[in-house]
Amino acid sequence: MRIALFVTCLADTLFPAAATATVRLLERLGHEVVFPEDQTCCGQMHVNIGYPDEALRLVRRHVRVFAPYDVVVAPSGSCVGSVRHQHATVARRAGDERLASRAEEVAARTYELSELLVDVLGVTDVGAYYPHRVTYHPTCHSLRVLRVGDRPLRLLREVRGLDLVELPQAEQCCGFGGTFALKNADTSMAMLADKMRNVLATRADVCTAGDASCLMHIGGGLSRLRTGVRTVHLAEILASTEAGARGVGRDVAGVAR
Amino acid sequence: MPATAPPGVGHLRGDEPFPAAARRALGDAQLRRNLRHATTTIRGKSGAVIDEVPDWPELRAAARAIKTDTMARLPELLVQLEAAVTEAGGTVHWAADAVEANRIVTELVRVAGADRVMKVKSMATQEIGLNEALEAAGIEPVETDLAELIVQLGRDRPSHILVPAIHRNRAEIREIFLRAMPGVDPGLTDEPAALAAAARRHLRETFLSTRVAVSGANFAVAETGTLAVVESEGNGRMCLTLPETLITVMGIEKVLPTWRDLEVFLQLLPRASTGERMNPYTSMWTGVTPGDGPQAFHLVLLDNGRSAVLADEVGRQALHCIRCSACLNVCPVYERTGGHAYGSVYPGPIGAVLSPQLTGVADNASLPYASSLCGACYDACPVMIDIPSILVHLRAEAPHPRAEAAAMAAAAYTMDHPALYAAAQRAARLSRLAGPRGRGLPPPLSGWTAGRDLPEPPPQTFRQWWAER
Repeated sequence: MRIALFVTCLADTLFPAAATATVRLLERLGHEVVFPEDQTCCGQMHVNIGYPDEALRLVRRHVRVFAPYDVVVAPSGSCVGSVRHQHATVARRAGDERLASRAEEVAARTYELSELLVDVLGVTDVGAYYPHRVTYHPTCHSLRVLRVGDRPLRLLREVRGLDLVELPQAEQCCGFGGTFALKNADTSMAMLADKMRNVLATRADVCTAGDASCLMHIGGGLSRLRTGVRTVHLAEILASTEAGARGVGRDVAGVAR
Repeated sequence: MPATAPPGVGHLRGDEPFPAAARRALGDAQLRRNLRHATTTIRGKSGAVIDEVPDWPELRAAARAIKTDTMARLPELLVQLEAAVTEAGGTVHWAADAVEANRIVTELVRVAGADRVMKVKSMATQEIGLNEALEAAGIEPVETDLAELIVQLGRDRPSHILVPAIHRNRAEIREIFLRAMPGVDPGLTDEPAALAAAARRHLRETFLSTRVAVSGANFAVAETGTLAVVESEGNGRMCLTLPETLITVMGIEKVLPTWRDLEVFLQLLPRASTGERMNPYTSMWTGVTPGDGPQAFHLVLLDNGRSAVLADEVGRQALHCIRCSACLNVCPVYERTGGHAYGSVYPGPIGAVLSPQLTGVADNASLPYASSLCGACYDACPVMIDIPSILVHLRAEAPHPRAEAAAMAAAAYTMDHPALYAAAQRAARLSRLAGPRGRGLPPPLSGWTAGRDLPEPPPQTFRQWWAER
């Protein structure tokens, strides 16, 4: 299958490992990945902070760039959530009904990684190998906006060598929330403290999720505490193989130090 | 555009923005323990009884449909309600705002010749600051709901819609009673039963000697003119049945078209709010009945900004709220900051959308941002109010800091020009500029580095990697 990668601005700029892993994983499964280079950002940040008018040009760009593709994937629950639930609203707010309906068409063909793997490609065993103790944090937008449910867990359970441990109070927000982490830094930190306590209680080596943004927040906190627990995007775990692990010795994680 | 709630009266605005108020609350370890314990307990109870109901999703959808229909023809339903209440021997008053509502109630109490009123727990009267208005007129209001009584005796403010004293534990409540309850037993313990018994003794005298009561309303039925209050303690029923005069202050959004519509809400409300299968006391009254109960009944229909909310296509669903507080109990922000940080009698997620709409967003500009948009509130809401979408909608209406607006416009422009965007990516060596782990960042970015390290910038962006492969 020919699959267009919507890399997301955050993964492109700060967490390319999540995106390169998505490419390697899909190619390993026998699919063709294309990267439309005119893409930039879905505009979620603008919409969520209160700038829908400024977001309009980004929605227009996103729709134009991805309209030609039958299947689009992003390694981010929150960006797919924005495409699915905000783009048409932004267009309608600006009175552009034609853009709104085109946005809805693109949204219907856009999938978060675990949705693409399980629902579209019909696979839960992706042939991955990852010999670590791992806990999974279901990010709010994957969980409640996209309703990815247990798809990521079904994928993780099939990974060879992986010891999956349940995260206590998993469905509680980690406190990232985009600029919430800046505008309400104290409250965000209080939420993060509880999330980190729960992650540490699992005694996992790795905390994974489907959103680089939440992992940046959790990983940044864990790093400051010198816990040694790493945050690794779900795509990187699923892209890891036994051959790769024995290979160049590169840290496939590369998210937090 | 209809008028918003006037400033200077009532309790819809805080003295400071949410982040500042939240910071103080976060520093109070006892408060955080009390809140965590209480919200965790209510969440557990509520979740269990909701799981028992096989048609919960259908009930929620029915509630939303009834509320949407009600809002679409609110004026005609209110006129119908007025006619039915009048027909049944009651008197209806229309109050455009808090000032008018307080004046109407104060005047009615004076006409009844009373200098004390007993109160049924009511959010509407908290919203308009009725107690303060009555006190200013020389009338003593006595709260009869146990938690409201604790707040009143403690000279405190409510911090939760359903459990106004949620921020207090029983040791603190004992201290308040010993300090402020007249004639209390000095040997009072902090056993819940002992505390409740002390409150009962205190209130019994009030019930038997007060001639005027003031209530709110959970629901009003337009076709019959029936008012309804649901409660757990029975103190409300004492107020609704014993006095000579009953005055009900009701937000105009509380009306329902038909008696039958109550069925849906009486199933949803107790399970979503207190985690009970059915609330212990459901009191309904229609006008007056000669020789039985209050012989004078007044209904004050309160707008106080509600028409302005109704005029907003996205925001109007906030008027669907039945004040169950389920959104507060699941909100991770509320759980850590408590209700006072929101500055309004409506705290938590619903307060973050309702308060700014009632006052005008400029008066409560920090509240739409008092959420991480995690969406737990939407999932918990028994009437399916899409709170995250209203939050985002209100953020677009809120006044923006000039520097932020300029940065966001520049970012949008850059992101709409891929070559410029790629150049900006390469320049974004933020953490290199900021020193080790980004600890030298200026505000507002310093909020991030107070407790989190910045990610190491990767050697190349994804698009560079793609171009080179």
